Amino acid sequence: MKNSKTLLLLVVLFLTAGAAANGQCKSFAKKTCLPELGSYTHDGNYHATILSEGEEAELYKTFFSDMEYRMSVCSDENLPAVEFLVLDANRNVLYSSKDNNNSRTWDFRLQSSQQLRIVLKVPSGQNQGVPAQGCVSIMFGFRIKS
Amino acid sequence: MGNYLWNKLFLNWKGIKTYLIMKRLLIISNSIFAFGVFAALMLSGCRSGVKDGKKDADTLKVTGANASVYEDIRQAEKIFYTLPSPLESAMLIKSAGALFDDNLLNPIDNSRNYNTNRSMALNLGIYTTDLSFASLYDQTQLIINYMNAAKQMADGLGILDAISSEDIDQLEENIHNTEVIMDIVSQTYLNSNSYLEDNGQPAVAAMVLAGGWLEGLYISTQLVDMKDFNGNKLVGRIIDQKLSVDILIDLLSSSKGHPAIDELIGQVGQVKAVFDKITLKTTPVRPEYDQATNTTVLKSEVSADLTPEVFRELSETVAAIRSNLIK
Repeated sequence: MKNSKTLLLLVVLFLTAGAAANGQCKSFAKKTCLPELGSYTHDGNYHATILSEGEEAELYKTFFSDMEYRMSVCSDENLPAVEFLVLDANRNVLYSSKDNNNSRTWDFRLQSSQQLRIVLKVPSGQNQGVPAQGCVSIMFGFRIKS
Repeated sequence: MGNYLWNKLFLNWKGIKTYLIMKRLLIISNSIFAFGVFAALMLSGCRSGVKDGKKDADTLKVTGANASVYEDIRQAEKIFYTLPSPLESAMLIKSAGALFDDNLLNPIDNSRNYNTNRSMALNLGIYTTDLSFASLYDQTQLIINYMNAAKQMADGLGILDAISSEDIDQLEENIHNTEVIMDIVSQTYLNSNSYLEDNGQPAVAAMVLAGGWLEGLYISTQLVDMKDFNGNKLVGRIIDQKLSVDILIDLLSSSKGHPAIDELIGQVGQVKAVFDKITLKTTPVRPEYDQATNTTVLKSEVSADLTPEVFRELSETVAAIRSNLIK
């Protein structure tokens, strides 16, 4: 009985700690990801979440032909480098960070406005233990096309 | 002997009483633990603007070159649906060559009417878009007024650190510096969104985003000069919003069941019904790397068939919905 209560307490603490950690993601996103946008103006949107090794997140966004964009993807130090893929509406891969030296940023512009899908992948860890977990954030900056 | 029996009986009674108390405490503590687990599960399950859970497997055909990539793309744990922010919407309007018109902004005085989460969230988005619009056109007094209006909405929603008095001071000190103003607007929008998402208020966050997007679409449609319709750059940017309306419906649908969200889904559905009358044809996207600028260019051509009649219908539909949101 005592062991089951201890276990339940640990589960409660673990799960509520996860929710509180989301609050830390905002600080992480502002401190780490935002400066990577450089001279591009941050659009003000917030995309950050806690992911574990082996997990993925997706994002759907419209990009406009009048703008130039920079995408910045950041992850906690305890996670392996996050890979990101950019796909068009027909699931064709337009960019892969893995094929570009695991780059964390990507600068691009469009001839015509498109809806794109971005897939963020945290690679699975090499160790057999509990998968590492941490903040993963993606931010977008824009500027008028020169 | 009598004392012995009496003591034994008393001790037994004490024992029984203690047993009953302990049993009751055990039931209470187990209930508290069970509730704690339930609450923790609910709390950790909340993600705003983000849909948890696996998506259905795609049924689109994948070309041979991408098949291995497709197989490698597992179903996502988290999905973000993102709209053009107020700042981006305002930038699109300005880059299309549109002129400023302060009659199109939601009057500051209306803020007195907003005292529900629905009206405050929608108008936080709306006032932030108006603020962004005013910022890009150097409307100094309006910038201050609309920043204060947005702050009032944020404060009403409990987002106390979205727009601080220091932000207002910094705004006033840099009132002629567009870059600094854009940074401040972007930061305050980020603060609001992140607060709502990290505090398990996905429906409220979605309403802020929806309000901002609808306001941007309203301002754009109202600024189009129908005498200059064909080849109008602003009309082109409005057509582009067709790409975002499905994203908005997906975003709102992740909070379906909330009465204000259900109402918004119906309203945005009316906008979608008009956008569905526009056909967009796009050629395949070809990425090309531009070494000179270290930038990738996504090349494709698009054609659209928006008629003035459908445009007027879109404009009237958006205006009617916006009128409902700001009353």
